[in-house]
Amino acid sequence: MTKKQLKKDPLNLIITGVGGQGNVMISLIIGNAFVRDGFCVTVGETYGASQRGGPVMSHMRISKNTQYSPFIPEGCADIILGMEPVETLRMLGKYGNSDVVTIVNPRPIYSVDVTAGHAQYPDLDKLIETIKDLSSKTWLINATDEAQKMGSHMFANAILIGALIGSGVLPLDRKSVEPVLLETFPKEIETNLAAFDKGIKLVKS
Amino acid sequence: MASIDIKAPGTSQLFIGNEAIARGALEAGIGFAAAYPGTPSSEILGSLAQVAKNVGIYAEWSINEIVAMEAAAGASYAGIRALAAMKQNGINVVSDFLSNLVMTGTGKAGLVLVSCDDPSAISSSNEQDTRPVAKWLDIPLVEPGDFQEAKDMTKWLFDLAEELGTVCMLRSVTRIAHARGNVKIGELPKKQFKARFEQIHDLKSVMPTTYIPMPSPFRHFLLHMKLDKARDKFESSSFNRYVGPDKADLLIVTSGSCWLYSQDAVDALNLRDKVGILKLGTLWPLPEKFIAQYLNKSDKVLFVEEIDPFIERSIMELAGNFPPDIKRPIFCGKRSGHLNAFGELNPDMVIKAVSSILGLAYQSRDSEYHKKAEALIKSNVPDRTMTFCAGCPHRATFWSIKNALKLDGREGFVTGDIGCYSMALGPAGFFQVRTMHCMGGGAGVANGLGKLGQFGFDQPIIAVVGDSTFYHATIPALINGIYNRSNFILVILDNGATAMTGFQPHPGTGMTAMGEPTQIVSMEALCRALGARVEVCDPFDLKSTTSTLLNIMAEDGGAKVAIMRRKCELVRAKQNKAPYKVHVDSNKCIGEACGCDRLCTRIFLCPGLVWDKTTGKSKIDEVICSGCGVCVDICPQGAIVREAA
Repeated sequence: MTKKQLKKDPLNLIITGVGGQGNVMISLIIGNAFVRDGFCVTVGETYGASQRGGPVMSHMRISKNTQYSPFIPEGCADIILGMEPVETLRMLGKYGNSDVVTIVNPRPIYSVDVTAGHAQYPDLDKLIETIKDLSSKTWLINATDEAQKMGSHMFANAILIGALIGSGVLPLDRKSVEPVLLETFPKEIETNLAAFDKGIKLVKS
Repeated sequence: MASIDIKAPGTSQLFIGNEAIARGALEAGIGFAAAYPGTPSSEILGSLAQVAKNVGIYAEWSINEIVAMEAAAGASYAGIRALAAMKQNGINVVSDFLSNLVMTGTGKAGLVLVSCDDPSAISSSNEQDTRPVAKWLDIPLVEPGDFQEAKDMTKWLFDLAEELGTVCMLRSVTRIAHARGNVKIGELPKKQFKARFEQIHDLKSVMPTTYIPMPSPFRHFLLHMKLDKARDKFESSSFNRYVGPDKADLLIVTSGSCWLYSQDAVDALNLRDKVGILKLGTLWPLPEKFIAQYLNKSDKVLFVEEIDPFIERSIMELAGNFPPDIKRPIFCGKRSGHLNAFGELNPDMVIKAVSSILGLAYQSRDSEYHKKAEALIKSNVPDRTMTFCAGCPHRATFWSIKNALKLDGREGFVTGDIGCYSMALGPAGFFQVRTMHCMGGGAGVANGLGKLGQFGFDQPIIAVVGDSTFYHATIPALINGIYNRSNFILVILDNGATAMTGFQPHPGTGMTAMGEPTQIVSMEALCRALGARVEVCDPFDLKSTTSTLLNIMAEDGGAKVAIMRRKCELVRAKQNKAPYKVHVDSNKCIGEACGCDRLCTRIFLCPGLVWDKTTGKSKIDEVICSGCGVCVDICPQGAIVREAA
């Protein structure tokens, strides 16, 4: 198999959100698509806390030949896929740099600290501005809203995967991802593929 | 997303370390696997159980780790290759059996113990390095440095264990066990298993096949011979290797996931031609001759390992035996303070240690961006404390416990242990838990507290355990409480699964690891047979649960049991639709004016309930809410409404 070219080796991708949103599933789909295309992939996950409302992140290192560590060194992320805006900013703070690009679902999930009044959730417009300020390019993808229009917020993940692929920041296309989506969602494949295409469309609009 | 029994030798699969270990065991031809779930080890047995029927092996979730280890030894004695897997705490549980097993030796078939450590205790109550156990009990020990090695090493370890006739241990850590990487798979053997316990009654035989640890000094001597043989094998193992220049400014000695961090660090600092890395895969007994030939690569050595300075101390011992004319390098690591002997490491920590030793400056991003990022996140990134999931029965149980203890008025309290419910020590469980140690530890501690009446102690004690924990480690403590008439209440949080580790079945669920229906070991029948008063509550019925707890608390005498039975919400959500659609009636919610102090959003803290700043009222986040409807019963205004979904 001829390998597609990586813009950088390793390419460092962070997927971030809140426990329960589906971080691990997205990293699995992207990771498997890369392995199918002949790349060497390492994925580090936040486990344990993953179902219990804490901040979660997956670190993906994609390389032509090298098995990198499951931790991206600080300041070395190339792409951040944020399923939640505050978590995107948390990652930018530690792993961002002047070249990083971000793809963000701007739908907030309030932590219990915020709900209880122990912490403040930042003003959403200001939060988005800050994310843009710390990224060389930002795509806002209203994945939750769009997914709810399709029947369930659960389709937000397929929309975000579509946006990630459609943005062109990864050397992956629909052809590499589709068989993995088929394996992952055998039951609801049609809606998930529709959501995936919706994501491609949104990121390109 | 291949299953671990995929046939496609030579292809690369994206496996987590645990799946790689499981695949290695399959390639080695195991017939038997047993484990008790514990993060980060659970997927080893989990993935084996999933394919067990298909590949014709047996896999079980044992009641606890020591039974898992003993069962695996049994299989080895009958000629079946066997594996037992557990997290670090499990190694403590099996240590009594292990200390005898090393004396008896194993059967004809290889026996491998996998121990998954959790540096930084990300999903644990304690942080513990299990490598010293191998040194302590004379067990050959290996540690994979990536995902491919996790598979290859496991396969190889079965051959070694078989050849040596002793249990061998593979140690993994969270960032191998739970990280994912490429694994090139090999062939699965076509194996016909024939299990038989061979009994030799020949009196002339020097060593009849009896697995007893006696005579101990002689058995101990034999064990040391096995270790010497292991060391010889390790001297030429390809799992140990050196990469780097012939003469280096610094030699890193490392193993496990730290091998990956060390390479990242050397790359980040652009030091491939100046820093050498000695990567060790066989850790005990150390391949002394192999190591000795690399120690002179540099006059400075940095040990990079998680958690204890295990390799560091062992190599320093080794250096202590060097002839006096051999120059010893300067040893850096945990003793020198370049790295911590607690918490997990990462590439940044290794970069810092290497830079500090070599006097280099390192900057990963431009300083202007760095300053801006630090300043911007400070004010914009609120904490996100872990909590019980929306709809979790534990939240409802601890709500009732809190109210019952308050109504009782004698300053009663909760002793707890390990599981999702450990979070009850914080806001998720209204700060109710006062002690937490090992599995079943809360019930044991309650036994002591409950006998202090003669010294004036009159506080009610509630020992809280999970359902899986009850079977694992609580039954002896309960019997002790009944027999010695210790006055405490054992609350069993029966959510029908080993929830924290991934919903594995246990003896109360009626299902085996391989998905076969089986006899339920009823916890209430068991407790009643022991002679305890047993009440079964639905924690979602707050009123009745609180009054039942109050009623038991008023009773004197020995240990009593209250079972809180409600399915884990994450399991429920996979099986059926939400029972209710919940909303806040904005006409009835009067916000801060209520005087309830925002009971729902400030105290009850279900993530499905949020506070709408613009309207000054509570509302439901429909993406998070699971539709359990419990919050309806806590609102003094009756403003939260549930309708059948």
